[in-house]
Amino acid sequence: MFSLEGITKSLQDWLYLNFNPTWALVIECLIVIVLAIALFAFLGLVLVLMERKVAAHMQIRLGPNRVGPKGMFQTAADTLKLIMKEGLTPDGADKFLFNLAPFVVMIVAMLILAPIAFAKGFQIWDINIGVLYVSAISSLSVIGILMAGWASNNKYSLLGAMRSGAQIVSYELSAGISILCIVVLSGSLSINEIIASQQNGWWLFKGHIPVIIAFVIFMIAVTAETNRAPFDLAEAESELTAGFHTEYSGMKFALFFLAEYINIFIVCAIGATLFLGGWMPFHIGNWQDFNHIMDYIPSSIWFFGKTFFLIFLIMWFRWTFPRLRVDQLLNLEWKYLLPISLFNLLLVTVIAIFGWHF
Amino acid sequence: MFHLLQTNVTQTVSDASSAGSYFPVGIQLLFVVGMIGFLMVVTHLLGPKRHTSDKLQTFSSGIESHGDARQPMAIKYFLVAILFVLFDVEVIFFYPYAVNFRGLGWSGFWAVLMFVAFFLCGFIYIIKKGALDWED
Repeated sequence: MFSLEGITKSLQDWLYLNFNPTWALVIECLIVIVLAIALFAFLGLVLVLMERKVAAHMQIRLGPNRVGPKGMFQTAADTLKLIMKEGLTPDGADKFLFNLAPFVVMIVAMLILAPIAFAKGFQIWDINIGVLYVSAISSLSVIGILMAGWASNNKYSLLGAMRSGAQIVSYELSAGISILCIVVLSGSLSINEIIASQQNGWWLFKGHIPVIIAFVIFMIAVTAETNRAPFDLAEAESELTAGFHTEYSGMKFALFFLAEYINIFIVCAIGATLFLGGWMPFHIGNWQDFNHIMDYIPSSIWFFGKTFFLIFLIMWFRWTFPRLRVDQLLNLEWKYLLPISLFNLLLVTVIAIFGWHF
Repeated sequence: MFHLLQTNVTQTVSDASSAGSYFPVGIQLLFVVGMIGFLMVVTHLLGPKRHTSDKLQTFSSGIESHGDARQPMAIKYFLVAILFVLFDVEVIFFYPYAVNFRGLGWSGFWAVLMFVAFFLCGFIYIIKKGALDWED
């Protein structure tokens, strides 16, 4: 059976057989780096194409279909174009902060990737506080956006950045509380232990209604946190041109764009890990035969299948709901989602104390 | 992706919560900074460099821009940011409880219920004060 864990294990054994430990470690670091770059390039290319194709099919058109078979190389061509473009820094801008902002945004996006488990035993960094690490690092992304908006010295950028700042910090509260629901049920902050606790069923199914509420709130909150429609006030193209990255061009713009899509992937991966079992196959209680058949599908396929399903859901939102106004947006969070998620958390705690979950 | 890195480090540094267990993320940080720096430098060298004064103006949809963006903003945004700091600290306080609540049992639950009650008092206060109303 195909398994990534087997491949990494045999690779490690081979490295330790042929090199001394220090060199083996260095080679492993290089392999990890190459794989991470490959994953980034792959995600960037696939997600942008997927966004355009999904958008096109929802509007009954074909989308990109000229470059390569069914337009598959369209994003590669676009990337090449962006690399060859001139990267301008406007005269009025704060030059240092203007160029620093894409760094901050990308670094944040890539650092959150570290503790995610892509398949069974296939993870860059297995830390005991994985969930806390993810929520801590993801709150840094607002700094990059505010930096970009302020340093551009453009009114559109400034407005976009302020909106985005208010929006991201607000929705982080209810996203954090929904994540806590799963931490309460599984009793651990480690991503691996949370996945292991879903051995006999995913939390979405065995946690009763409170976990379903938490999942819905989580999806709404992460849609807002990644500045996606219907919460895309930060870059509302019909009123603010492009929001906080109006002044960016060439590769600096591409980095913002890439970071946005990486962030979508990451929040969906976190959602899939916490609520849908990560790489854990679909198991039902103690139906041994059924579980055994499900185990034949490789864990990496389960993980990417769930993650891409959630990404599709977020893309679907974009073409379903109209954009909110900034006061409606903050009302939704502060007056509805925050109290609901707080009471939901208490409910989950009661369920866990009584042991009512399956 | 690679458990290997982790297992290596934990073999040499037996204590899992020591600085050694943060080694993979340090590597990742270094390489991210390197990669973005490399990309920025390469595209800077590849791209054309033709600066004109029109091009370097701030964009304002084709009309001439008036003043710059260093202007006062609506105070509401800052208010939301300050409220976030307060409420986020309270959410962070939930983390230790969420991990340990099985050991604490009902007495811990009542304590948290009291904590949430205080939390809600503050919350109702800011709603009543109109801190989140955007129409003046």
